Amino acid sequence: MCSNSRKLNFGLAINEAIHQMMEADESVFLIGQGVKSPWYVGNTCNGLVQRFGEDRVIDTPVSENAITGAAVGASIAGMKAIVVHPRVDFVLYAFDPIINQAANWYYMNGGKASVPVVFWLIVNRGGEQAAQHSQALHSMFAHVPGLKVVAPSTPYDAKGLLISSILDENPVVFIDDRWLYRSQAEVPEKAYQIPIGKGIIRNEGSAVTLVSFSYMALESQKAVDELKQQGIDVEFIDLRTIKPLDTELIFESVKKTGKLVIADGSWKTGSVAGEISALVSENIFEYLKAPVKRVCLPDLPAPASASLESVYYKTKDDIIKAIKEIL
Amino acid sequence: MMLRIRMCEESLVDPILKGEIRCPVHLYSGQEAVATGIGAALEQKDFIFGNHRSHGHYLAKGGDMAAMVAEIYGKETGCSRGRGGSMHLIAPENGVMGIVPIVSGTISLALGAALSIKIKKEDKVTVSFFGDGATGEGVLYESLNFAALKKLPIIFACENNLYSTHLPINEIRTNRNIFNIANPFEIETFRVDGNNVLEVYETAKKAVEHCRNGKGPVFIEFLTYRFRGHVGPDDNIQGSHTDIRPKEEIEAWLKRDPLILFKAYLTENNISTGSDLELIHQQVETEVIAANDFAKNSPKPDKEDLCNYVFK
Ligand SMILES: Cc1ncc(C[n+]2csc(CCOP(=O)(O)OP(=O)(O)O)c2C)c(N)n1
Ligand SMILES: [Mg+2]
Repeated sequence: MCSNSRKLNFGLAINEAIHQMMEADESVFLIGQGVKSPWYVGNTCNGLVQRFGEDRVIDTPVSENAITGAAVGASIAGMKAIVVHPRVDFVLYAFDPIINQAANWYYMNGGKASVPVVFWLIVNRGGEQAAQHSQALHSMFAHVPGLKVVAPSTPYDAKGLLISSILDENPVVFIDDRWLYRSQAEVPEKAYQIPIGKGIIRNEGSAVTLVSFSYMALESQKAVDELKQQGIDVEFIDLRTIKPLDTELIFESVKKTGKLVIADGSWKTGSVAGEISALVSENIFEYLKAPVKRVCLPDLPAPASASLESVYYKTKDDIIKAIKEIL
Repeated sequence: MMLRIRMCEESLVDPILKGEIRCPVHLYSGQEAVATGIGAALEQKDFIFGNHRSHGHYLAKGGDMAAMVAEIYGKETGCSRGRGGSMHLIAPENGVMGIVPIVSGTISLALGAALSIKIKKEDKVTVSFFGDGATGEGVLYESLNFAALKKLPIIFACENNLYSTHLPINEIRTNRNIFNIANPFEIETFRVDGNNVLEVYETAKKAVEHCRNGKGPVFIEFLTYRFRGHVGPDDNIQGSHTDIRPKEEIEAWLKRDPLILFKAYLTENNISTGSDLELIHQQVETEVIAANDFAKNSPKPDKEDLCNYVFK
């Protein structure tokens, strides 16, 4: 088999990362609701229980707070836990172990003990699932000191970032999105890392800088392709990590283009998009030739009805429109 | 009522499979006796809170069928105006105070409603419906303790259908006797056959009485079984393959269908004749067809109204 042309879909890239890390290090284990059920976790956990057994691949009762706390505690005690929540919405029961405990642990204990845990949270929305089964809460995690937050958009990055997250000595929130699970791309078979905190330029251009991450990076790529055909060259940055932000990459691009559009898959107020906009105006205001544009969800809960979902969720068309408004 | 719930639930199967209904639907078929027996023991003024599998709770507490079906279809005429779908039904005028899919999400809210009853010295009772899966969440135990401590008029109604999504009960707890969990809090507890509507009713009546007399909370475990998949008509057919229940187990429970059991009781005791039951069947069928027609013919929410209802 020719290893450098092998394609994997997003879920299987995650699956391979977990297999390889659990194989390489016995202190790595996976715990969370539905690790035995594709209904919850798609194909991301294929073959794990069979290979590593129920001691290290643990399906759990519906007890988000205790299970997340257990993952944090196990990591304090020398393990490297990956705790999965098959819907971000469920993790709201587990804010205490994530924020009060894990995020603060290293600092409040004077650097004596860190928490090498991965909180793997899956965004799962659309399909008229309504307000409690549709949320994307990455901005809330990005707000908290002591947490790193990664949000890959490609199978290649998903594998590399998950491996980096597991190897990191600190708590990392790894957020993905069921809407990404269909995508397929080349993924090397060997284990590799994508550095946390580094974005990537997916398309070079000079007309405008477009910054995005996670699922919205897919919509952004579509927007970039469509605009290219119209002769508009967009510089597109996929952040991959939203905390810490790759400000240097963003600044260099905005200095070149003078214009910035940010596509963020969550609500506008208090968003990562807002943070990026603030950083740009704080630091390189003199380079801006137009107001910064944000493509975000409106500040309202997710509706059920498809008629409302179709205007609630943002697509490439909204990104194209925002770009054209400042060109 | 049991027939209304059953026929309404089953009328949704086809539209789900055809994609006319898109939201996640957790059918209540098989568990009708629980909602029906409790609903019959309550008055309109009493409160209920539900979970993801609450169509039956809503109907048995007097919720309008057409408004529910329209909600499931995502229509503006739905009880939550198409904003909530199957998992967010509401009918405050009938005491259906809130239904949500976050497991255990409404237990503490029901606790709060019971607290409000106590503070206002009202003669009401609150019922909190949840499944065996909800016994994993800490908030249940916190709520049991507080309810007992303050002697709140709340009935914790646990529908133990032996499964939470893909996990059978022995994979989520060491002890199958859920009703015991309330004992340490010195809460009155019962375990009843959740497929026997009369037994449910009798126990619910006792529990309601207990609450109304200011004696504090009651915990009831109902042993029952769902006839359909966790979500939708059949998880396996629909591709999620979460229905791992043994065939023999399903068949054994189908023989204990609460509707069949009650029908046998009615005819054996000469309470109803075949023609009475046939008439009821026709009436319910007419209502269910009308509810579906109403839902299908109703408009979807207008896109212009996307931003409504964020604040009052
Ligand atoms: C907080 C939270 N965690 C997980 C889920 C996913 N989930 C949906 S239903 C369910 C299990 C429900 O089982 P049970 O309470 O027994 O109700 P049943 O479906 O059997 O009626 C789970 C875990 C959820 N909705 N909310
Ligand atoms: Mg159950």
